[in-house]
Amino acid sequence: MPFLSFLDMERSIAKPGFSRWLVPPAALAVHLSIGQVYAFSVFKNPLLALKAADGSAWSLKEVGYIFSIAIAVLGLSAALFGRWLEMAGPRKAMFVSATCFGSGFLIASLGVTSHSLALIYLGYGVVGGIGLGLGYISPVSTLIKWFPDRPGLATGLAIMGFGGGAMIGSPLGTKLMALYKVSGHQPIAAAWVTMGVLYFLFMMFGVFSVRVPQKGWKPAGWSPKLNHSALISAHNVDVNSAFTTPQFWLLWIVLCMNVTAGIGILEQAAPMIQDLFKGNVSPVAAAGFVGVLSLFNMAGRFFWASTSDFIGRKPTYMVFFIAGAALYLLLPYTEHLNSVALFVLISGVLLSMYGGGFATIPAYIKDLFGGYQVSAIHGRLLTAWSTAGIVGPLIVNGILDHYVARHIPKQEAYPVILHIMAGLLVVGFLANLLVRPVAERHWVPSETPVVAGGR
Amino acid sequence: MDGRMSEERKSSPVAIALAWMIVCIPAAWGVYNTVLNAMKLFH
Repeated sequence: MPFLSFLDMERSIAKPGFSRWLVPPAALAVHLSIGQVYAFSVFKNPLLALKAADGSAWSLKEVGYIFSIAIAVLGLSAALFGRWLEMAGPRKAMFVSATCFGSGFLIASLGVTSHSLALIYLGYGVVGGIGLGLGYISPVSTLIKWFPDRPGLATGLAIMGFGGGAMIGSPLGTKLMALYKVSGHQPIAAAWVTMGVLYFLFMMFGVFSVRVPQKGWKPAGWSPKLNHSALISAHNVDVNSAFTTPQFWLLWIVLCMNVTAGIGILEQAAPMIQDLFKGNVSPVAAAGFVGVLSLFNMAGRFFWASTSDFIGRKPTYMVFFIAGAALYLLLPYTEHLNSVALFVLISGVLLSMYGGGFATIPAYIKDLFGGYQVSAIHGRLLTAWSTAGIVGPLIVNGILDHYVARHIPKQEAYPVILHIMAGLLVVGFLANLLVRPVAERHWVPSETPVVAGGR
Repeated sequence: MDGRMSEERKSSPVAIALAWMIVCIPAAWGVYNTVLNAMKLFH
């Protein structure tokens, strides 16, 4: 279609004089939007209260599947469409992401008005989930090409936006529902239509403003370091070859363990603090604790990813795994000390490392496999996130259910859970320890070596 | 440090500031709401 020709890769190549500092806002527009998925819980109770014509209602489990489908499709679409993205360019991928994410809300709103859970699964879960997956990986390669000197900072900024998206999505959803309730509209359906349109327009800002650098471009005055770390490759590896390397699977374990451990706290944050400090923490204060964790999660994405530009990716993950395991082991003792403040502080640091793990992984991929197909490799690696999203809650809820079924106080389960999380971080530490440079046979053949990022 | 190409029209600093404002304003609103929520922990 000719009117869509502005999406072509050639049309998004930056003209001379274009500032690279216009690219992170384009990426942030996409990530701040799709991060809304982590605020889906604000719709849970309103959806549970909805009644069909025959008076029936949806169960908690059925409503819970909406979020699970969206996250599963995120991982799948990121893995499946990453290669297409590398060929089509970020602008086309962002446009498809905006269209899917926006129209997912619209389809789901039809599901609300017709009381069809299948339509909500299709809209928010499947169509919206494709928007999530494509949107998550679309700016990664481009940012790394614009910021070869600071790939951690650039991708950390974008992925911090995903953390920040929940902070916008939660009050936005709540306030819109309250507004439409007063004006007599179906609150969820009307809120979703509004959000679908608003997010589409906001993401289109990213579509129009994103640019890819011209071939061979590098920042003025910057040249790659010659004696850099052996773990920063000057060669490219394509996504299919990368998939067969031990390094890909070691990074998969690194990401999966880091995320699973973080979910251990995130999943049970509010009940855990109330159970461990009975009588000292009210439900309102526990909700505040979740807010504190969100702030640490978001700040950690930027802080750790930027720090990794200076200390290196492997040492950054070593900090996560060594300090993280020690802090998980320490956390139960805060109950003995009856120190809520210490519990909050340790949990915050742990959540900053959880966010930092997400934000630093694209730069780690770039270091090991070169900048050629970072988004595609990143997309496949995100299946580790999907896996952790299933395994983490399974461990936590499984142990809690076990204790409750045997009438053992829940607070006795938390030290066990936290020690298991520490154990998972030890597995991550070992995987990270084994990461070595990618063997020459995996390099893209007959290529000119590409520039490597400085540490 | 600013990655610009050697010649032609340079991106306007106003355009750069505007682009950052477009994303920072909603982000700041979200952070503000979260901080308000987080304050409940300390009351």
